[in-house]
Amino acid sequence: MPGRVLQVRSGEATDAGAVPRLPLDDFQGILADAVTAGHRASAYFGEAWHEGVILTAAIANDARGTIGLLSTRVEGVMPSLAPECPSLQLFERELVEQLDVGVAGHPWPRAVRFEPARVPGGAGAGAPMTIPGDHPFFAVEGEEVHEVAVGPVHAGIIEPGHFRFQCHGENVLHLEIVLGYQHRGVERLLEGGPTPRTLAVAESIAGDTGIGHALAYARAHEGLAGVGPPPPRAAALRAVALELERLANHVGDLGALASDVGFLPTASYCGALRADFLNALAELSGNRFGRGLVVAGGVRHDLPDDAALRLSDRLEKAWEHVRAAARLFFRAASVRNRTDGTGTISRALAAELGLVGPVARACGLSLDVRASHPFAPYDTTPVPVALALSGDVTARARVRLDEAERSAAFVLAALRALPPGPVRAPPAPPRASSIVVSLVEGWRGEICHVIRTGADGRFARYKVVDPSFHNWMGLQLAVRGQQISDFPLCNKSFNLSYCGHDL
Amino acid sequence: MIDVLLTRLRLGRQTIAYPDGPVRLPDRFRGRPALDATRCPASCDTCAGVCPTDAVHPGPGALRIDTGACLFCGACAEACPEGAIRFTRDYRLAMRTRDELVATADVPLLARALDARMRRVFGRSLRLRQVSAGGCNACEAELNAAGNIQFDLGRFGIQFVASPRHADGLVVTGPVSANMRVALEKTWEATPAPRLLIAAGACAISGGPFAGSPVCHGGVDALLHGVPVDLYVPGCPPHPVTVLDGLLRLLGRLEGDRLDVTDTGVLREDWR
Repeated sequence: MPGRVLQVRSGEATDAGAVPRLPLDDFQGILADAVTAGHRASAYFGEAWHEGVILTAAIANDARGTIGLLSTRVEGVMPSLAPECPSLQLFERELVEQLDVGVAGHPWPRAVRFEPARVPGGAGAGAPMTIPGDHPFFAVEGEEVHEVAVGPVHAGIIEPGHFRFQCHGENVLHLEIVLGYQHRGVERLLEGGPTPRTLAVAESIAGDTGIGHALAYARAHEGLAGVGPPPPRAAALRAVALELERLANHVGDLGALASDVGFLPTASYCGALRADFLNALAELSGNRFGRGLVVAGGVRHDLPDDAALRLSDRLEKAWEHVRAAARLFFRAASVRNRTDGTGTISRALAAELGLVGPVARACGLSLDVRASHPFAPYDTTPVPVALALSGDVTARARVRLDEAERSAAFVLAALRALPPGPVRAPPAPPRASSIVVSLVEGWRGEICHVIRTGADGRFARYKVVDPSFHNWMGLQLAVRGQQISDFPLCNKSFNLSYCGHDL
Repeated sequence: MIDVLLTRLRLGRQTIAYPDGPVRLPDRFRGRPALDATRCPASCDTCAGVCPTDAVHPGPGALRIDTGACLFCGACAEACPEGAIRFTRDYRLAMRTRDELVATADVPLLARALDARMRRVFGRSLRLRQVSAGGCNACEAELNAAGNIQFDLGRFGIQFVASPRHADGLVVTGPVSANMRVALEKTWEATPAPRLLIAAGACAISGGPFAGSPVCHGGVDALLHGVPVDLYVPGCPPHPVTVLDGLLRLLGRLEGDRLDVTDTGVLREDWR
């Protein structure tokens, strides 16, 4: 690959013109070889360019801590790589939908978000022609085979999506998930930036991952500005916030899993204990989701050392309570009876689908951007990667608990030893005609933001890949052969973002 | 089993004292903005230049913040060279009309109760159906939190239910994406009258950061066949106590204007 792929590091910008522009065959060959060899397509996206489309791929090499960038120009139709590289299937569908690129041989070339195309006449043309659900679903026919339709409006207070099950009795033969209901035009709102709105939109890509996405944006912006890393105290406070977000969500998820199997003690304790971590974010930022905390150049608020110690003491107590509540959950036979062996994904399948985050780690795949593409302070204070092997609901719960435990240890230590100094460097504008890839390990997994600036220094293309984009297919396959009554449990064990996918 | 009981004993009572006792909020919590328009110099628009949602409009004697669009990020207060903008810890932000959401001074305004007939129908038992229409899951998470053992909506007879047919009203979050409009309309039509329409969060009120997006509607106002919103709950997302306060005032279950807030004691130890 050397010479034909530009190697960059996460958060470090480079001249956009330096990204190799390869013939389509070479581009697809390199991409397929890299994915087959176990590397990950962190982003793969297009931009309309004169009569054709420029495709850019960002391939993460975890062993080296680098990201390979390559591009090509395509006109009309290209062959699909999805049959040999299933992890690319949704990226290709996105190219079809956004840019009208023809992909020949794609096994399931359906709409991704039902968004208006970016090609001339399509961009900003208002409401799309069709809405999600108006869709030819994969159907199974046969005696006693029946279909179950759920959504878009679900029973709980959750986001909308449509689930179409093909069942034989209680058994799920196939599940197709149709999303797009949450599409808000995030990428297009970010393009043309930076503006005062940029950060607010980034924080709302997936509201439960506000810190993760804000950090991915801020690091990309800092890279483009070429100002170097933020002050050490800012970097430490950012990491504290990112781990608090992980803690709040993982603890909440353990409670939600307990709720779905009817184990009420852990359900009610974790529901309330989650608040301790959200409230810690509010101590930092004034907002329980940490909004307004991360800014390009650092963080908006400092935490005095004595306050950091008091916060640390409170979080230590909160964590002890979580541990007690989680112990009840993992020891209860009635829980394990539901979670053991339910919704299993094999390691090989997880790798093939390109799953990320706790879901992948529960299958034994050691993927964690904090370890493989670290930024300060994770480079000097690594957080051990939590793994499980069984790939079932139990494993996904266990990985969440182990990760939360390591995050708690990290936060307590970080708050007790915040480096001195300022928390914010003066803002600087992004440089013109540059490209940057920014990877952050959010609580659901790898968040990838790619920004290319135009000649005017504005964001000409802003690509967001939320971890849920990689993982929804995992859920669809996890429920195959399971009882349909286990779907809520499987769904909760993945706990994916609808709006993160729909953008 | 003994473990379950011992853990229960150790964790103790988790429900907050509100509304009988104080609400504990962190020092930096940003609630109702307090504005001093006399400090606004002519031709200064620093605050407007940093606002992500065009919520703040400066001017001598004319300074105002639309809390229906405000994300409560605090950027304007931070940027104002004159100290004309301050965010208080008054969490009581919900209002009955869109106009009332516009703050112009330092005067708390509280949501008015429903009329006597509606209070009789909903006052002791209110069942709500939530619809996320482009909501980012922050508002949804806080509405869920409002029902947990800490905030415990259930103790006031308020509950979120699974079906619109069991509901007395809808709580809408999100800017209403074009792709959710039909589903939202159908859910509204499936809700039996009399029914309430509640908009929770900046997105549902004004579009929030997604205002002007060609694939969003800019909130739920007048979207459902012109149906007026009965209660607006500002915030990004609204704090669960803001949700509670709005609902209780709407039902006439909370009267008086005494604000009882205490500090958490993390940032300042001497809060007592």
